[in-house]
Amino acid sequence: MTVLAQGVQGSNPLLNISIFGVFVVITLAIVVRVSRRASGGASDFYTAGGGFTGQQNGIAISGDYLSAASFLGIAGAIALNGYDGFLYSIGFLVAWLVALLLVAELLRNTGRFTMGDVLAFRMRQRPVRAAAATSTLTVSFFYLLAQMAGAGGLIALLLHVTSKPGQALVIAIVGAVMIAYVLIGGMRGTSWVQIIKAVLLIAGAGIMTLWVLGLHGFNLSALLGDAVAKGGAAGETLLNPGKQYGKTGLSKIDFLSLALALVLGTAGLPHILMRFYTVPSAKEARKSVVWAIWLIGLFYLFTLVLGYGAGALVGPDAIKKAPGAANSAAPLLAYQLGGTVLLGIIAAVAFATILAVVAGLTITASASFAHDIYANVIKRGKVDGKDEEVKVARITAVVIGIVAILGGILANGQNIAFLVALAFAVAASANLPTILYSLFWKRFNTSGALWSIYGGLGITVVLIVFSPVVSGKPVDPATGRSPSMLQGVDFSWFPLDNPGLVSIPLSFLLGYLGTVLSKEIADPGKYAEMEVRSLTGVGAEKATAH
Amino acid sequence: MSTTESSPPRSGQDWEEVQSAADFQELRRRLRTFVFPVTGLFLAWYLVYVLMSSYAPSVMSIKVFGNVNVGLLFGLLQFVSTFGITAWYVHYANRRLDPLAGKLRDQLEGERR
Repeated sequence: MTVLAQGVQGSNPLLNISIFGVFVVITLAIVVRVSRRASGGASDFYTAGGGFTGQQNGIAISGDYLSAASFLGIAGAIALNGYDGFLYSIGFLVAWLVALLLVAELLRNTGRFTMGDVLAFRMRQRPVRAAAATSTLTVSFFYLLAQMAGAGGLIALLLHVTSKPGQALVIAIVGAVMIAYVLIGGMRGTSWVQIIKAVLLIAGAGIMTLWVLGLHGFNLSALLGDAVAKGGAAGETLLNPGKQYGKTGLSKIDFLSLALALVLGTAGLPHILMRFYTVPSAKEARKSVVWAIWLIGLFYLFTLVLGYGAGALVGPDAIKKAPGAANSAAPLLAYQLGGTVLLGIIAAVAFATILAVVAGLTITASASFAHDIYANVIKRGKVDGKDEEVKVARITAVVIGIVAILGGILANGQNIAFLVALAFAVAASANLPTILYSLFWKRFNTSGALWSIYGGLGITVVLIVFSPVVSGKPVDPATGRSPSMLQGVDFSWFPLDNPGLVSIPLSFLLGYLGTVLSKEIADPGKYAEMEVRSLTGVGAEKATAH
Repeated sequence: MSTTESSPPRSGQDWEEVQSAADFQELRRRLRTFVFPVTGLFLAWYLVYVLMSSYAPSVMSIKVFGNVNVGLLFGLLQFVSTFGITAWYVHYANRRLDPLAGKLRDQLEGERR
């Protein structure tokens, strides 16, 4: 995708930019307005004082979770690979049951701002907070980089900006707007951006879904039939599993590995965990997840129709030839249905999506650094003055924003989509076992927590570095390039693209071994306190008045 | 703001005593006997789906009506089961968990004042 002659057919860059500009102006105004109500403390900056309702938070969670990859990526995957794209989206939904049943409410009752809070409840503060922050920063950084690098492709696709310096400028502008949201609005402002974006995204996808179904007499079977007909000789395979993941024995195992990371990773993603602290009680945290499940489920049902709709109305050949290939399926479908205007709206929604997701990641990473590392590891809990920690968080947000911009510019055009899968794998391997043991296993101790976090993180990163996604995939004759990130070298020895199948069970095992092999005895009184607090919500902070 | 504590200061509460009380043990039992088996159930159901998609594509490709095949229905059933378990848990929590948790919370917070 380095040299693109032009953007999507029929796209009017000026219109796309204008609609996106209107979105930025309106959301900035709202961010400024809600930030006036802020009290300025750490609780306000990190979690909006726990003042959101379950419904608001549930919508914000869907805004945080549904990235550009899941909108453009999954619709495109269904259009080109049919059933296997749909299979991918199901893991992203089912995963929410882990958050609902095992994590959200108990986490809300035992922490205040970060994942480190939960682990620090009954373990040695400094080492576990340092470990939790390391994992949080790693996951957030990978996720952030993937989002920012994706922005480059989107710019070429939707704004016709094809020169690298031009794309770099747009990435810098997107990053600057994101930093402004976080600095002005903190978690309150960021959440409103996510809420607005989620409503626009789901409404936009919903309208297009009804439109596509309407064109096919509201008959799903007829839509599938048209997609098959338009798919030509290979059309029939669109309806069956295996087109993408079922090629070889190894690719089947690889998909199983990916599926495991998706389903267990969501409830360990730090930017999702942090959202559970923005509501006043465990019951509201439960309502948040319920809202998120309905909205995310609905959205993936829409993408099923949109994907096959793009296949039927635009056709896989036209999509493959368009700049951005699979990612252009949804924009091309929008143009086919509603012309330049609908395309402009969908393009703006896609940009808003990147903005909202990146802002959520930035505030999570800055909270983890300021709260866990600065206030508790460096300053040992003795922070001078009320605002010092927030000041550090704000500075961290700016630094992370700048790193994201530079990383996005450098990674622009690189094949780093695997970073999202990597973020999920780290979340499932390093974070989820540690959180579950901490909440449910009395004997779990500091040593176990450090083993599962550092062990899970280390194993996942090593397996990825030595996997075919980084080096060693054979050169694709069609493009003349290897699908691996690095060209011309091969130091891979791990056969799978996704490490989850190995790294997740190993991390659970490490957490167990680290616990039973250490001489440290977990404090039964602390566990009793944690268990009583987590189940009853006693002493859990109530919303600050505003 | 000092932020080391993830909760308000302890008030000399004997947490182990609360933990071993019959009401709390009942709450703990009700939570665990729901969430653990149901988690096992939906993970197994999801794995069956993923494994069948990978290893039994011929079954998944059987047409049920029109162009709708077993695989698509199986996938849509994953949505149905996810929504269903969500509603089931909310119903269970409202009826079996929240009243007991609320009672314990009131007792504990009342004692502290």
